[in-house]
Amino acid sequence: MARFGMVIDTKKCVGCMDCVVACKTENNVPEGYNRDWIVTVSNGKFPDIHLEIQSQRCNHCDNTPCVSCCPTGASHVEEFGKIVLVTHNMCIGCKACVAACPYDARFVNPEGYADKCTFCMHRVEKGELPACVSVCPTHCMYFGDLDDPNSEVSKLIASRKNHTLIPEAGTSPRIYYLT
Amino acid sequence: MNSISRRKFLKITGFSVGAVAAASALSPIVKGSEKINKEKVKGIQKIPTYCDICFWKCGAIAYLKDGALWKIEGNPNDPLSKGRLCPRGTGGIGAYSDPDRLRSPLIRTKERGEEKWKEVTWDEALDYIASKMKKIKSEYGPESVAFFSHGIGGNFLKHTLKAYGVNNISAPSYAQCRGPRDVGFELTFGDGIGSPERTDIENAKCLVLIGSHLGENMHNSQAQEFANAVERDSTVIVVDPRFSVAASKAKYYLPIKPGTDIALLLAWMNVIVNEKLYDVEYVNKFGFGFEQFAAEISPYTPEWAYTETGIDVELIRTTARVMAINKPATLIHPGRHVTWYGDDAQRSRAIALLNALLGSWGRKGGFFFPSSYSIPPYPYPEYPKPGKDKVDNPDNKYPFAIEEITTGIREATITGKPYPIKGWFIYATNLIHALPNEEETIKAIQNLDLMVVVDVIPSEIAGWADVVLPESVYLERYDDLHASSFKETFVGIRQPVVESPADQKPNWWIAKKLADKLGLGNYFPWQHIEEYLDYRLNAAGLSLDQLKKEGIIRGEKPPIYFEDGITPEFPTPSGKIEFYSLQLAQAGFDPVPKFTRPDEPPAGYFRLLFGRSPVHSFSRTQSNRILMDMMEENEVWVNNDIANRYGLANGQYIKLKNQDGIISNKVKVKVTERIRTDCVYMVHGFGHNSKMLKGAYGKGASDAQLITKYKIDPIMGGTGMNVNFVTFETEV
Repeated sequence: MARFGMVIDTKKCVGCMDCVVACKTENNVPEGYNRDWIVTVSNGKFPDIHLEIQSQRCNHCDNTPCVSCCPTGASHVEEFGKIVLVTHNMCIGCKACVAACPYDARFVNPEGYADKCTFCMHRVEKGELPACVSVCPTHCMYFGDLDDPNSEVSKLIASRKNHTLIPEAGTSPRIYYLT
Repeated sequence: MNSISRRKFLKITGFSVGAVAAASALSPIVKGSEKINKEKVKGIQKIPTYCDICFWKCGAIAYLKDGALWKIEGNPNDPLSKGRLCPRGTGGIGAYSDPDRLRSPLIRTKERGEEKWKEVTWDEALDYIASKMKKIKSEYGPESVAFFSHGIGGNFLKHTLKAYGVNNISAPSYAQCRGPRDVGFELTFGDGIGSPERTDIENAKCLVLIGSHLGENMHNSQAQEFANAVERDSTVIVVDPRFSVAASKAKYYLPIKPGTDIALLLAWMNVIVNEKLYDVEYVNKFGFGFEQFAAEISPYTPEWAYTETGIDVELIRTTARVMAINKPATLIHPGRHVTWYGDDAQRSRAIALLNALLGSWGRKGGFFFPSSYSIPPYPYPEYPKPGKDKVDNPDNKYPFAIEEITTGIREATITGKPYPIKGWFIYATNLIHALPNEEETIKAIQNLDLMVVVDVIPSEIAGWADVVLPESVYLERYDDLHASSFKETFVGIRQPVVESPADQKPNWWIAKKLADKLGLGNYFPWQHIEEYLDYRLNAAGLSLDQLKKEGIIRGEKPPIYFEDGITPEFPTPSGKIEFYSLQLAQAGFDPVPKFTRPDEPPAGYFRLLFGRSPVHSFSRTQSNRILMDMMEENEVWVNNDIANRYGLANGQYIKLKNQDGIISNKVKVKVTERIRTDCVYMVHGFGHNSKMLKGAYGKGASDAQLITKYKIDPIMGGTGMNVNFVTFETEV
């Protein structure tokens, strides 16, 4: 079975937030909350500046502190693509997972359950791409099976300089940023 | 003397009106807005349309889930969006659900600008307007009503007003935006840039952006092509006082002193001519007055330009050479919002000349020749001949103006000269934020007998109206056919996806109903817009049913470059590319652009610059709750060293005070290394003061409010707005 991950080319990303808007409409994310977001990292002194724009979301880590801390089993890893999900009706909104996530990827939905990126599993199951990937006007996002060496994502990771976010947290995140 | 015609206006708005005598008028009963999706359809429905969150008009597909609006995606068959909308388009459903939307026609009950209203019926509102219009016509003539309109949605109102006799019609998109660019290119090549721009970014090997911040400015096709250019490793050169997102993608970033772009352009051309790096064959074949031009630019060395621009001499030389190496696929982008310093037509002409030197006009990777789907106009009756000239440019004061000047109409409304303007009709353009110097706009409004605003949201300008007419948002209405000039021909339809939630009406219905009230029903021989659309589509060999289903029908892919077989023609007075412009010289202007040093900010003041955000359009989207979640307020960008000197902290709220003592709303400081120390920057469109616009009220600051000063371009009447200086007020 696949192990889905994402590759985002920061050289192409312009930080337009279309990924954020598309997620919001696709998944009916409530007003005031977002499941993905843009971080702009700026270094240097004018005019010698380096900018990296990162579209961030749940990293669907291989090691999942959000799952291991969950007292009810609501937070879990799906067999399908190893996507990290929350079963809404099992979640008691205790926020343990919100605190455990080093990426601050989770929030408590006003309806009381922990909410976050699902890699648009409902779309991926139908063979479609996650909404953020399919909307991106710069085509800077790629989605696929990290375990398949022939997948586009695996090839990009192998051929381009890249990094993950907070690797020192030991979560083995599955979103790679090409630089 | 003036060889430029006003024909471009038609090209840009895509609106054409037939002069064929009409069939007899039919009974003037109009159906209400569409009754659609009455039966809640279970499951997913997809309805194609085209977007209206900006003017780009991307093809879109609206999704309904169990009859309710769910999401909007790009139409993969659309040459503009290529199936991917920009964030504003994706957030378009927020325009439908915006709780601040206008819901009912309103008539003013107190003083203008107090925002006190009574809700009235459409009949009451339109009767009121029609009786005032008839009075103005009998007292002053129909020319004393002016129309300000932005976007394709204004077409039908324009038709009604032209039928009534209006000839003063204008949009801020000319004198407050792209006008100087189109004039500068037209003076040089005999043809303008148009919208969407005829820039072949996707094939450029070298792309030069001067103050243009693609990526933050989300003109969809261009942003897509820009990302593609970056991926292809095209050489990107960015000139900007601010380290924009585009600058972060550039191989060369030139942190120019604001207002000195012409000096840089002259130096670049100097290098290219001196080192004989230009396209000699192209220039010899198509150029006029090259020798005089070369002589004129000979003093402007990179050493000279360094003292004006602050750009390193070697960087000027290197970038000039890089441009030349990549010719003719070097595109020096003409920009879009270019009304900066009042010498903008000459700056645009310098950009045109640099492109001409590199032979990029008409070549792959430069400027292509666009074409549009040919759709015959509807055979309406002829409009009455205006009895008076237009008021915006009396005595041809701005001899090379190619469109009507909004601020000229405003001036005439204030002075009553050359004749009084007594009525303003305003469609979908927030003149308070779009025109410089709000006080003058308000002064003009005080002279009016009638002011009508048609819009979807209660913008500041609506607050000054006598009558406000609530329009259906684009997802609830039909509009005119979309057939922009582009790389290939196509026609797109906007059609209703959902019903309007309250008493809003589509613009075509408003225009037709008003025409009836004015006794001009014969100008609308059709009962419903579907008849109009079907007629025009049939005349083009297409059908409404087919277009409703597909959303977009693509036509031919004609040649777009000289190398494909486009005949090189330059409709200038000389019939060639005018390196030296005799018509400018004859009118008393520089035949080759010259540099004028900009005014320096007073001590303790900083030049106010403004630009775009990818998630908002003008001042029209700040109450869209989805886009508000992306960006709720703007920030003022202040250089780190300046912030330290003034004790400003990142995230702190301050107010800005301009040179005339005008103080802004409170605005957050963004302390950053990404801007020069002599200027500050903010995103345009925030700082709303309209009380009805609850979601956006008081959030961020308005650059427009601080733009009390403007410099008029003597060539074409544009208003240079980057000439204001601000200082910081920490008491908020």
